Amino acid sequence: MTLHPMIAALRKHKAGVVLIAMQIALTLAIVCNAIFIIYARVDNVRRQTGLDEDNLFLVTQQWVGAPSGDDPASIQKLDAMQREDLNTLRSLPDVESVSPTNSLPLFPSSWNGAISLKPGAELRAGNARSSYYFGDEALLKTLGLHLIAGRDFTVADVVNKGMRDPSEPHLVIVTKALADKLFPQGDALGKVIYLDGGSMPTTIIGEVERMQVPSTGSWASTFVWNSTIEPIRLNGNFSRYAIRAKPGRLDAAMTAVRAALYASNPMRVLDDDSIKSFKDIRAEAYRADIGMAVLMGVVCLILLAVTAAGIVGLTSFWVGQRHRQIGVRRALGARKIDILHYFQLENLMIAGTGAVIGIVLAIGLNRVLMQNFAMDRMPVIYVLSGLAIVMVLGQLAVFVPARRASNVPPVVATRAA
Amino acid sequence: MLSYYVDLALRSLKRSPGLTLLMILAVGFGVGASMTSYSVFRAVSGDPIPWKSSRLFVPQIDIWGPQGHLDDTNKGDPPEAMDYTDAVALMRDHRAKFQSAMYQISPSVVPADPSMHPINVGGHAVYSEFFPMLDVPFKYGSGWGTDSDEQRAAVVVISSKLNQKLFAGANSVGKTIDIDGKDYRVVGVLDNWNPKPVFYDVVNTGGFTTDQQDVFVPFQRAISAGMPNDGNTNCSEIPKGSGFVGLQQSSCVWIAYMAELDDKAAAAAYKDYLDGYFRDQKAAGRFSWPLNNRLRDLPAWLESEHVVPSDTKISLVVALGLLVVCLVNTAGLLLAKFLRRSSEIGVRRALGAPRAAIYTQFLVEAGTVGLTGGVLGIVLTWVGVWGVSWVLPKEISSLAHIDLSLLAITLLVAVIATMLAGLYPTFRASRVQPALQLKTN
Repeated sequence: MTLHPMIAALRKHKAGVVLIAMQIALTLAIVCNAIFIIYARVDNVRRQTGLDEDNLFLVTQQWVGAPSGDDPASIQKLDAMQREDLNTLRSLPDVESVSPTNSLPLFPSSWNGAISLKPGAELRAGNARSSYYFGDEALLKTLGLHLIAGRDFTVADVVNKGMRDPSEPHLVIVTKALADKLFPQGDALGKVIYLDGGSMPTTIIGEVERMQVPSTGSWASTFVWNSTIEPIRLNGNFSRYAIRAKPGRLDAAMTAVRAALYASNPMRVLDDDSIKSFKDIRAEAYRADIGMAVLMGVVCLILLAVTAAGIVGLTSFWVGQRHRQIGVRRALGARKIDILHYFQLENLMIAGTGAVIGIVLAIGLNRVLMQNFAMDRMPVIYVLSGLAIVMVLGQLAVFVPARRASNVPPVVATRAA
Repeated sequence: MLSYYVDLALRSLKRSPGLTLLMILAVGFGVGASMTSYSVFRAVSGDPIPWKSSRLFVPQIDIWGPQGHLDDTNKGDPPEAMDYTDAVALMRDHRAKFQSAMYQISPSVVPADPSMHPINVGGHAVYSEFFPMLDVPFKYGSGWGTDSDEQRAAVVVISSKLNQKLFAGANSVGKTIDIDGKDYRVVGVLDNWNPKPVFYDVVNTGGFTTDQQDVFVPFQRAISAGMPNDGNTNCSEIPKGSGFVGLQQSSCVWIAYMAELDDKAAAAAYKDYLDGYFRDQKAAGRFSWPLNNRLRDLPAWLESEHVVPSDTKISLVVALGLLVVCLVNTAGLLLAKFLRRSSEIGVRRALGAPRAAIYTQFLVEAGTVGLTGGVLGIVLTWVGVWGVSWVLPKEISSLAHIDLSLLAITLLVAVIATMLAGLYPTFRASRVQPALQLKTN
């Protein structure tokens, strides 16, 4: 089949051809950007925090009438209250392990700073940015972190300090990502670092395989895996406890914790959202990402459906218009399959032209999103997938009217139009 | 004549129900998707205090200098908040009509009823001028006076929600509540005031939060009671001193600030004052870098803080793209539909119908499709707004709502957009040569 007569035929209904090509172009541009957004969000959500997330939950509580001063006596009183809570929690039958903590990965509260290899550097200039986690000797076990080098904290390593006490710890455990960033030779263990522009040396005594920072915001995207764990119980008017329930006993443990804490000291605040399973923390952290992925998915489906419907509609119209011509061709010996191929090839040409324009639009839209909304450059694969999707969609949509066309009997040629 | 065209339109639409349905679905989905995104966008980008926003200003002083710009997230802007020293100095100088330094607090409140557990409340420590400056509405009582600021009085303004919880909604002015173990006298109860975004302190709230603002206490009272800052603390160097007092002596920023300046001259004078303040401090040896202050009015401040989430804007862009595709689609289908009736047009033209009549007839038909699509769009927008509450974060989705204006806009957009889409097909229809059509038939 030669293309020449087909192009001649297309010229006869320019407007329709232009409209379909435009629609294909716009659909391609939007769909591949939307798929790119979906993929980026899903990729975020699927990241492993490094924690053993099952059976883990977090308690945030605030004492009423606790000492508010920052003097040593107040701090020691607060620490005594915290240790009492830890004892209460550790004695519960459904609880396996407990550690005080300031935050968890994905929890919307973070403590961030920078780590330097030299003392007294500018706070914001260090060699690597990091989030800090504070906990005691039970933290690694409670969170299920994998120690891959060095040792865990012992009871003797753990100290306590006030929430706003600027002193730094002697020892820390860091993530492998952070260790490799600071010491690319892989010999971080035993090395000395300086936290937050301080001049007090801190020694790295262990490395964990992986631990995500709390924030999922884009500002933290440059240091997602740079976590530092300090053997410190923080003392303030509120405290947080990470708790691992015995396998399968999560709900029972969460219920028991509330009652036990109130029983040991009723002068405290435990709100409805004070006790949160890690599953809920994860769901809340990624709600916006999942929401965006769902929205983009819905938009893609609507777009593809509308575009397909448009192709079906316009092709049907053309088939109706060319009823007699088809009959003539059939009478002159064209087979059904020739007619089918004719419309399919026609669609391929229109959709192909639209797709070429669409590729340009897609890249343009991606640029606009990059400039205005801090989005990444879209890899070519998304444009190619978009291209494949609209071409296949065009062929599927054209099939129904094309088949109707191929069923036009040759006898139509003898009738008046 | 119009009713005749409407009748014609309906007949024509009934004649090819498949094509008509496709058009209505396309318009409906396009309008529904874009109106759903628009309702979210409208909710988060609205001016929280339109009658006054151009007179409210946020001053920024570059107390960190180049060191504060190392992690280039703020693109050379001064810190978003203030340290204690400057916030208090600006309050003391009192150069604006109204002004208030403020910081976020999260104290516990112990209900008088012994059977109730203590509760945690959110709030702000503010100066007395906060209330008149932001036109805060009161149900009972009022804010406190400047004398209470100076005396660090134990007074509190509470939300109507907290008033409901503690006093069953009765007038509680003059009663006391226990905040962090100390008695505070209630001087005012707010009348459902919950502006979104939380424009007076977007630095600490991010603008959108499900947290309630339940208590407002005098700033200096909160400081002397050691009520800790519950918001962000940003430092360019580690505080030398320890504790809350150490924070107050540090250059860490944690205090939001707002001033009311009634005209351009007042704003210019205030900017001069801010710059003069910086120069004096520099002369005193505190800063070694050039002047780099900012004084933004509220809309400019919300813009610079990126209060409207970028996801919301992206969704709106993509949804508008979807609407355009739906309209191109409708234009194509209308074209097919109109040209199919070439012979009918030919007859009408041959019988003397002017082009204008053809125009009217087909635009009415397009409008009818638009109106029907718009009604479907309203239903889909309603489903969409209900649906976003499942997929978007609560603090955003809870703000999106349907009202009469949204319904009106939905219909209007549907009809106007469809008629625009119908322009070219109508133009083509009106060019049909009557003689040609009559001949071939």
